[in-house]
Amino acid sequence: MIRKLSMAALIFVTVIAQCSLFQVFEIASIKPNLLIILTVSFALMRGRKSGLLTGFFGGLLMDILFPGTIGFNAMVYMWIGYIFGYSYRIFYDDDIKTPLLLISLADLLYGIVYYFFMFALRGRIHFFYYLGRIIIPEILYTIIMTFITYHLLFKINRKLDKTDKRSIDSLV
Amino acid sequence: MGQKKNTHAGSKVFIIVLSIFCILLIGVSIVNSDALSPLRQAGGVLVTPIEKGISSFGSWAGRLGNSFTDTDSLRSENEDLKSQVEALQAENSQLVLDKEELNRLQKLMDLKEEYSDYETTGARVISKGSGNWFSEFTIDKGSSDGIKVNCNVISGSGLVGIVTKVGPNWATVRSIIDDDSNVSAMVSTTSDTCIIAGNLELIDTGVLSLVQLTDTENKVHVGDKVVTSDISEKYLPGILIGYISELNNNPNNLSKSGQLTPVVDFRHIQEVLVILKTKDYVASPDDSSSNVVDDVTGAASAGTSSGTSSDSTGTSADTSSAAVPSGGDGSAGSSRDTASAGTAGSGTGGGGQ
Repeated sequence: MIRKLSMAALIFVTVIAQCSLFQVFEIASIKPNLLIILTVSFALMRGRKSGLLTGFFGGLLMDILFPGTIGFNAMVYMWIGYIFGYSYRIFYDDDIKTPLLLISLADLLYGIVYYFFMFALRGRIHFFYYLGRIIIPEILYTIIMTFITYHLLFKINRKLDKTDKRSIDSLV
Repeated sequence: MGQKKNTHAGSKVFIIVLSIFCILLIGVSIVNSDALSPLRQAGGVLVTPIEKGISSFGSWAGRLGNSFTDTDSLRSENEDLKSQVEALQAENSQLVLDKEELNRLQKLMDLKEEYSDYETTGARVISKGSGNWFSEFTIDKGSSDGIKVNCNVISGSGLVGIVTKVGPNWATVRSIIDDDSNVSAMVSTTSDTCIIAGNLELIDTGVLSLVQLTDTENKVHVGDKVVTSDISEKYLPGILIGYISELNNNPNNLSKSGQLTPVVDFRHIQEVLVILKTKDYVASPDDSSSNVVDDVTGAASAGTSSGTSSDSTGTSADTSSAAVPSGGDGSAGSSRDTASAGTAGSGTGGGGQ
């Protein structure tokens, strides 16, 4: 229960921060993709189910709060959480290099998918312009934010693990 | 506990069920986005106060940073401004005289003033969209302040955009630099119509693309003023958009395209003015609002309708009916929208009814 509540709070804070707070910290009108960090981090630390649920609810919240097609971000983030959840069994989560690599891959994937559905289908075909102007800068900024936030997310997850265990112990 | 055991099979079930759910949501929001608007309303009401707080914190932090700029520059700027004020006051008194004369003459000629006294309300930008791709933002006033869908949004000197969604205490605005925006405009000197299209590829250069300018007599020049046109369906006439900065003949020699420098500084929009009057045309208000919602949320659907063709001229019904194919950068052809409908407005004005 505590885990669910804190995940909900974490998702809420992330989406709000990405939409409101980071308009102040934009660099060259680029914002980092915080929700990708959250989704992939939890996919890496807790597995596919956790990743896909985090992605789904985060994306859905984003869709609801901002103009656009409702369900699109939910879908994309959910699949990213699911796909990157496979890394749970393969990698250790306590080395910053792993999440850095995975998160930048995920952000690249997100950028390409978003470009394809929202721009390429409308006849905007200069993919490399968008790659250089939006996708790559967003990845770089997201990497920087990963450096800052991953450690925190890692600690939060550890703490939640502990409370989970404690509540199980008390039940037994 | 059991959760751990189920994870393997559970996640597959989850992803399938939720994917279907998402597809349903996407389908509903493309076909009939009004059905989901209660969801948005609730979300907006919940989040707006938080966003307001954050944004005022942001502007406070911004001011804090700026307060370190040296007082010398402020002092010299103050001197400059004072002298400017004097000059402007002199000019103003002259203009007041002219205005009175104009009023008198207008009365004589039985002309109505159209532009000068729209009722406006000021609003603060509290959040920009979630991603880096589109230029939409949220303001902190909504239907309780009289804002409606399709209200024009201006900032000091010129047109910023149009209201696309409204909640009780918030509204979203699509700015004219948005990749999906087309504004029906005209050159103020010659009244030749054109379309001002937002384009993400031009966003760094600070210009907008100007397409489908019909100027058969070659009277339009670089530097001419461009304002919203009389025949636009959603934009009030005569609002300044910007000045032409580049003009080329299209290969077909029938129309021209080029670039326009907007008067509004889109990077630093913090406060905007919303014109409470919307442009009334013959269609019922319900009609027009659902049109806009379609326009905005239809980014994906617009895509599918215009196909993936690289040469996008004439792929959308709206624009192709408007005028000659543009052939230029094709940005107008690819998206159906408000303003392209506006150009077609005079010809196919019945379309919206």
